[in-house]
Amino acid sequence: MALRRLDLTFPPLQATKPITYHLVKDFGLTPNILRAQIQPGQQGRMLVEVTGAKAAIDKGIRFLEHEGVLVGAAASDIVLDEEQCVTCGLCTSVCRPEALTLTDDTRELRFDKDQCVYCEACVIACPRRAITLEF
Amino acid sequence: MGEGLFCCLEVRNMSKSWDEINERIAAGEAVVVTAEEFAVIAQEDGVSSAAAKVDVVTTGTFGPMCSSGAFLNFGHADPPLRMSEILLNDVPASGGWAAVDTYLGGTEWSRGRGMEYGGAHVIEDLLAGKAIRLQARSPGTDCYPRLEIDTWVTLEDLNQAYLFNPRNAYQNYAVAVNSSDRTLYTYMGSLLPHLGNATFCSAGALSPLLNDPEYRTIGVGTRCFVAGAPGYVAWQGTQHNPNQERDGNGVPVAPAGTLAVIADLKQASPEYFSAATFAGYGVSSFVGIGIPIPVLDEDLAAQLALTDADITATIFDYGVGHRSRPSLGRVSYAELYSGEIEVEGERVRTGPISSTETARRIADEVKRWVSEGRWTLVEPLEPLPGAGGPSFKPLEIKTEEAI
Repeated sequence: MALRRLDLTFPPLQATKPITYHLVKDFGLTPNILRAQIQPGQQGRMLVEVTGAKAAIDKGIRFLEHEGVLVGAAASDIVLDEEQCVTCGLCTSVCRPEALTLTDDTRELRFDKDQCVYCEACVIACPRRAITLEF
Repeated sequence: MGEGLFCCLEVRNMSKSWDEINERIAAGEAVVVTAEEFAVIAQEDGVSSAAAKVDVVTTGTFGPMCSSGAFLNFGHADPPLRMSEILLNDVPASGGWAAVDTYLGGTEWSRGRGMEYGGAHVIEDLLAGKAIRLQARSPGTDCYPRLEIDTWVTLEDLNQAYLFNPRNAYQNYAVAVNSSDRTLYTYMGSLLPHLGNATFCSAGALSPLLNDPEYRTIGVGTRCFVAGAPGYVAWQGTQHNPNQERDGNGVPVAPAGTLAVIADLKQASPEYFSAATFAGYGVSSFVGIGIPIPVLDEDLAAQLALTDADITATIFDYGVGHRSRPSLGRVSYAELYSGEIEVEGERVRTGPISSTETARRIADEVKRWVSEGRWTLVEPLEPLPGAGGPSFKPLEIKTEEAI
């Protein structure tokens, strides 16, 4: 079994084919949608984690590309540079899954990577550019 | 100062003079605590007892303070030039001073890298001991014949380098939310649509001007920790607004007083000065400010004893693109630091922009400076304008004919 994290971009005119259904039904994959922003008539984006046989994942990707979806590799890791961080806490306000929080007593920044969905909101918000994605 | 006079005027009120407190500091006997420690003492022993026991309370704050920058003097090249167009690591600095003086504004953007590198980053690099590329042009005159220069300078090379920040240490600030349907990129960070988050920016109960809300001890000439260096309050800060609405404790409930501060950049530390880029907004500087406050009497002690639960800030909707943004209510700093507040009946996730962790280190550092007798306290040479003084005025757009 393999796991790939994919960054999917849907062109504005992409037919509304239920692609996750096909990934499950036709390729035996288990897609886990981490983040999705899809509206009719607009470019959409989906961050999805796909688990399955390696060959099946490759076939699934070819299917997506055939459907006009742009498939990119999503970040494989997210790194907090503690040397650059000034513990302002601004990132915690945009972190919906609450992976980034301030401790109650010392108000130091805590990063629970298991909760992170790689949405990148903190990467943009951090005024110190202390949070970066690795591919 | 006549202690007896104070006793006559306010029978209940214990009072101490600046001189008495300074004598205790000089003798190594002064009791110096941080504002957070003072609040605990006041809660346990009562305000009167805390006021009698403690001589000095120290404060600290570390947040983005856009109106910051540094005066620099480069010395003269041979032959000399009058620097009229100046770049420091590709960031423009002011050429409108004497030949080799400049002021580098913290929010200035680099020509090539835009907001990813700015004046604040140059100052941070200088503090880190890095060499900075200096490029300058001159019109060429009899006294300054050289036309241009391209060289490298370090902080050590400069004759004078001092921070002169026209507006720091804001006394309280807004809580920012966004009711519009798109993300806003502001100096208060990314504000998510439909009240998706709330950001706030104050050290709350640790903040210098929130501990002396009526400017009784902080004024022109007050000793002040600035970015790790010993400095001074130089003047009222720009947009100083003592007439802001205040609560029953005399504490403003929205942005009010500000300080202009000055300090030697060569004694500052990158630990307490950090450049910032707010996506979609621009460059700013995190500046560490700390001020010791003498516990002159019980009235001041009662204000020094206030906690994050007692101090409130007003929620403003940044989704409204006008000068006057509508207020959506008030919340305490204790609520803001809980990670969630209620706005318009909805639970909204909060995040600070001002580092409590660093503010505490600053208050501790100032405590050490005073305890060790490195600093005595200075009575203000002139007070800051107080309530009833001039208010912060807006800019009206006028035509020449209308004047």
